[in-house]
Amino acid sequence: MYNFDFVKPGSVADAVAALAGEEAQPLSGGQTLIPSMKARLNAPGSLVSLTGIPELVGVCREGDTLVIGAATTHAQVARDAAGDFPGLAALAGQIGDPAVRNKGTIGGSLANNDPSACYPAAALGTGATIVTDRREIAADDYFQGMFTTALEEGEIITSVRLPIPQASAYAKFVQPASRFALTAAFVARYASGVRVAITGASENGVFRWAEAEAALSSDFSANALDGLAHSAHEMIADLHGTAAYRAHLVGVMTRRAVAAAGS
Amino acid sequence: MSKVTMTVNGRKMAAEVEGRTLLSGFLREGLELTGTHVGCDTSQCGACVVLVNGQAVKSCTAFAADLEGAEVTTVEGMANPDGSLGNIQQAFQDYHGLQCGYCTPGMVMSTAALLADNPKPTEEEVRHYLEGNICRCTGYQNIVRAVMAASGQDVGALAAE
Repeated sequence: MYNFDFVKPGSVADAVAALAGEEAQPLSGGQTLIPSMKARLNAPGSLVSLTGIPELVGVCREGDTLVIGAATTHAQVARDAAGDFPGLAALAGQIGDPAVRNKGTIGGSLANNDPSACYPAAALGTGATIVTDRREIAADDYFQGMFTTALEEGEIITSVRLPIPQASAYAKFVQPASRFALTAAFVARYASGVRVAITGASENGVFRWAEAEAALSSDFSANALDGLAHSAHEMIADLHGTAAYRAHLVGVMTRRAVAAAGS
Repeated sequence: MSKVTMTVNGRKMAAEVEGRTLLSGFLREGLELTGTHVGCDTSQCGACVVLVNGQAVKSCTAFAADLEGAEVTTVEGMANPDGSLGNIQQAFQDYHGLQCGYCTPGMVMSTAALLADNPKPTEEEVRHYLEGNICRCTGYQNIVRAVMAASGQDVGALAAE
C-alpha cells in the first residue's frame, strides 16, 4: 500500500483536530480499511487512529438504552451486552471470525456502512441514535445508501445509543467466504411496535421492511408474515445470489428472526 | 520512520517502522520472527494470527505503529522454555494436525486463544472458533483432533467424517 503519516491522539478533540488535515482519514479496527488500502482502493495522506481514546470504549446501560462507545470491539459487545441486550450480543458474535471481532469496532462498521454488514441492521432495527463529536443523528436519517452515511468530512462517531427492545433477534444467512450477510434480518419488538431491518439484500444498503413491521406489530409471530413477500426491485444481484433469491431470503430470514426472538 | 516497541514473547523488542508497516512485517522483517506466516495478505486465511494482549488478531491487518506497547505472542513463544514443543504444538505433531504446515502458526495461535477462554471446548466449538483459519490442504479433521487433544480431551471419541 501507499505510505501515510500515522497519528494516534488520546482524546476526541485531538482526533477531530488531526482529521481536519488534508487527506486525513480515521482508523478504527481497520478490518475493512486496511484491506482496501492494500488493494489501493483507498490512499489516505494520514491515518488518525481512534483506538487510543479511552472514552470511546465501553458498554453501559442507561435506563432502557444501551450505550456503546464507538471504538468498542465486536468481541467486547458480544460479551458485555449479553445480559442487557442478548439479541445485539448475538449479532456482534456472528460478525466475521474471532480475530476480526477482536479488532473490528461498532463505530467503524457504522461509518463504513457496507451494504452487507451486520451492525447497520441493529442500529436501524432499534432506531438507534448515532452520536458524533458534533451532533446526534437518528438511524433513520443516518443510513443514506451503500457505503453512504450522514457523516460529514472529518466527523467521527463517538457512541451509539440503542433502545433496548422487549425481544429481539438477528437471523443471518452467511456468505461463507466473506462471512458477511448474504441477507440478514434484525427484528426488535417494543411497546410502541416492531422494527425490522434488512441488510445484505438491497443496492441501497440497510433498509426497513415496512409491511413486515406493520404485520408484526399487530401479531408478533412468524405466521403473521404469511403471504408477505418482498419485491426484488433494486435487490443486489451477484454470483452469490440473484435479486429474486435475495428477496426470497428477506422473508425467510425475517421469519427466522421472529421465531428466534420468541414472544 | 518511527521506532515501535512491543513485548514479544515476553521480551521487550523494538524496530523502525513506517506508518504502513503491518504487524506481520514488524515481526517477520523487523524482528526476524518468521514463524508467523502471511498466507493471503487479504485478511481471509488466518495464517498470520498472533496474540495481541492475549487476543487473537490477524497480524496482516493491524499496523505496528497502532500497537506501541502491546504484548504480542507468536508461535515462537508457544515452545517450552527449554525449546521443546509446547502443549499445543506437540498435540499438532502427535495428531498430524498439519500437512504442508503453512497455516499451522495461525492454527496454533487461534487454538491458544480458544483454550485460554474455553479450556474444554466441544468439537463443534473448536470448528466454529477456527472458522477464520483456513487450511488449503483441507486437513481439518486432524487439526480438530489436535485441538481436542491439546485441551486434554479424549480424541478417540471423535467420529471420523
